[in-house]
Amino acid sequence: MKFDRPAGHNPIDQLRVVGKPTDRIEGRLKTTGTAPYAYERHDVVPDQAYGFVVGSPVPKGHIERIDIRGAKASPGVIAVVTTLDMPRLEKGPMNAAYLFGGAEIQHYHQAIAIVVANSFEQARAAASLIRVNITGQSGQFDLSTQVADAPLAHGKIPPLDRVGDFDSAFATAPVTFDQTYTTPDQSHAMMEPHATIAAWEGGKVTLWTSNQMIAWARRDVATALKIPPENVRVDSPYIGGGFGGKLFLRADAVLAALGARAAGRPVKVALTHPFLMNNTTHRAATIQRIRIGATRDGKITAIAHESTSGNLAGGGPEAAVSQTRLLYAGANRLTSMRLAHLDLPEGSSMRAPGEAAGMMALEIAMDEAAEQLGMDPVQFRILNDTQVDPEKPDRQFSRRQLVKCLQLGATHFGWNRRNSRPAAVREGDWLIGMGVAAGFRNNLVTKSGARVRLGDGGLVTVETDMTDIGTGSYTIIAQTAAEMLGVELGQVKVSLGDSDSPVSAGSGGQWGANNATAGVYAACVKLRRTVARKLGLDPDMAIFAGGHVQAGGRHFGLADATRDGELVCEDAIEYGDLDKKYQQSTFAGHFVEVAVDAFTGEIRVRRMLAVCSAGRILNPKSARSQVIGAMTMGVGAALMEELAVDRSRGYFVNHDLAGYEVPVHADIPHQDVIFLDEVDPISSPMKAKGVGELGLCGVSAAVANAVYNATGVRVRSYPITLDKYLDHLPQVL
Amino acid sequence: MTVNFEVNGIARSLTVDTRTTLLDALREHLQLTGTKKGCDHGQCGACTVIADGRRINACLSLAVMHEGRKVTTIEGLGTPDLLHPVQAAFIRHDGYQCGYCTPGQICSAIAVLQEIRAGIPSHATEDLMARPQATNMEMRERMSGNICRCGAYSNIAQAMAEVAGVKA
Ligand code: FES
Ligand code: FES
Repeated sequence: MKFDRPAGHNPIDQLRVVGKPTDRIEGRLKTTGTAPYAYERHDVVPDQAYGFVVGSPVPKGHIERIDIRGAKASPGVIAVVTTLDMPRLEKGPMNAAYLFGGAEIQHYHQAIAIVVANSFEQARAAASLIRVNITGQSGQFDLSTQVADAPLAHGKIPPLDRVGDFDSAFATAPVTFDQTYTTPDQSHAMMEPHATIAAWEGGKVTLWTSNQMIAWARRDVATALKIPPENVRVDSPYIGGGFGGKLFLRADAVLAALGARAAGRPVKVALTHPFLMNNTTHRAATIQRIRIGATRDGKITAIAHESTSGNLAGGGPEAAVSQTRLLYAGANRLTSMRLAHLDLPEGSSMRAPGEAAGMMALEIAMDEAAEQLGMDPVQFRILNDTQVDPEKPDRQFSRRQLVKCLQLGATHFGWNRRNSRPAAVREGDWLIGMGVAAGFRNNLVTKSGARVRLGDGGLVTVETDMTDIGTGSYTIIAQTAAEMLGVELGQVKVSLGDSDSPVSAGSGGQWGANNATAGVYAACVKLRRTVARKLGLDPDMAIFAGGHVQAGGRHFGLADATRDGELVCEDAIEYGDLDKKYQQSTFAGHFVEVAVDAFTGEIRVRRMLAVCSAGRILNPKSARSQVIGAMTMGVGAALMEELAVDRSRGYFVNHDLAGYEVPVHADIPHQDVIFLDEVDPISSPMKAKGVGELGLCGVSAAVANAVYNATGVRVRSYPITLDKYLDHLPQVL
Repeated sequence: MTVNFEVNGIARSLTVDTRTTLLDALREHLQLTGTKKGCDHGQCGACTVIADGRRINACLSLAVMHEGRKVTTIEGLGTPDLLHPVQAAFIRHDGYQCGYCTPGQICSAIAVLQEIRAGIPSHATEDLMARPQATNMEMRERMSGNICRCGAYSNIAQAMAEVAGVKA
């Protein structure tokens, strides 16, 4: 189905099932431990052996020799495969670092061997006996020393963008602001490590794995193993968190396949947490300079955002300036991205790549500029709202209610109780502060397919390679099919994550919900017409409701259409150029209240609110969870998350779940989320947009701004840890 | 080595490597994969089970240490057709997303509510002489060994408050 005109009225608008805060249909499996994740598929193939991966102990160098004798002789060992056994395996288009093969080491903990044994304990013990001789090479590990001469980052996104004349507008602006911010390297730190079970049958391999993008995984496995994609099956029905860390093929899948081939039997591999933080990818650190020129009454006339990040050869920049091209008005604009070469592990997508880090900086800058102008930061943002793409003023936003998000949020949060003078509110030992930030993230549309079966008794089955990484895909897909076919939710079964099913949008970039359900919508439209024809009804008139189909006064049970057997329809949603004609984005107002211990500097987040404008909300319950989860990650980014770089040895030091701190229960208060009642017919027939990343973009800055309001200390280098502000806190005695 | 213990009320006898953790004995030997392996070294809580009435990280405990003991896993608490009240509350409040930390959260939640009922104090208990109450902070403090990277904390707190019969 081609979607090239704004959606008119369609069966989804009934909102009989869609739009309801439905419990997740897989909830009973997840809460009872019966949902099967990658490493747990004992039932799929017998005789699974265990693989354990060995990583490079240095960040850069050339492997001279790998001594596997000890490992080979170790009890229970079936096979050892090393990176010297083969040339570099070709990598997919989205990977920068090579996953395996060859003698060159590009980063710390790059995989260099896998040991396969009868038990996990045997494989792990044998892996520790592998000896490797490497001629080390020096590398670049420090971003800060390279800001001055990092080149522009040429790639998909233009690295330098000018509108009007920023330099002269900034030079002549009555009020100017110029600051630099840093964001650190961050880890996805998903709870389920990357894991795969691989089994060969002749030249065909099946991978039971944990991956967000099934079709990409299949393509890239085929490339790495030099086999046709038809010979690869990937199955990933449950994914224990991804956040972008499982978008692209990783070493677990490749090494499980290689290990299984060498062992002549199925092999299961899980990367360990201490290994995967350097072996896989991370969100790259940035250094961001922001300049704002404004009139005395607060109208932005010039805005510049320049960001530098680093990566391995072939890797892209952290696109931290993206939102600045679209978020605020201003005639004269400059954005640029520079990319330094670093020999650290690969920087790649992590939840809201670009905007998450960019908004961390931009939204502190907006707070600071507002203060300099003597304006309320909510008002300053509202004053500089734009309803058109500021770079191309004849291009409208499809729907943009940022102002409403901020106004409603301010009212709901009690923003008028905020004292604009910092460090002025005290409750006992606590300094209290409130902070605000805008939230912004684009809505991306991309082709997505699905197959729908109508079987015995009117049972509907949806099959798509879409994944559910905690996002609620199972449930919203079932809701979509139930709405379209006029059946109860319980009549719909959903099968996800199997490469034998039609290729979907997959999970990433907050594009999953809208596109995958739109693909299911398309397949259901086809099935509705097929059913109507089968029953001799006019397909244009048929109404599907209550398990029945009717048209022209004739009335059938849905199941009547299956009397000659199951009906199967497949289709995909494909988009025209509505995303070119209109800018499609999602918006939020983030509000945070913190208390800072006046004596110790301990920061407690006391209240959080997000007001979101993101099109139709398909399931307010699971969508709310996406947003609170993102807000939680935003608290982590603001206050604790940082992969600490060892600048001489070239790796992330705190590479496990205790060293890399993420928020825990005690850190997170009750969180409020309000969704504006909104539809966006330009986005898709679902009239929905993404929401899973929106919730993260801006939150950290709202926390930072609240800390400033509480203490009067401005920290411009994330995370906001005690060492950066304790000795600047106001005198307490 | 052989270890004899009771898992979810059933007597089990396993021959395991001395290095086998309780977690791997459950997941790999008994194929009770409801208990999850996150970090495998005591940092995340995904592997939480209840051993002789106390919650423990199964990854930090060797299987052979459990000779003669009783272990309850998520599978022993409820089934998809017969949920434990805490499991049902997690579903109602959407106290999960990816679901990977969830069995551990649920085992911990059940144990936490028991600990509070038993009068065991925590770091967040204000008055050590009084009986601890199932307050929001008291529960959050005690649940903090169970990481949820999806960030379902606020909803888990509400699920627990509902079970405890208090306001979140
Ligand atoms: S797996 Fe045991 S605490 Fe993480
Ligand atoms: S539900 Fe994903 S980690 Fe908690």
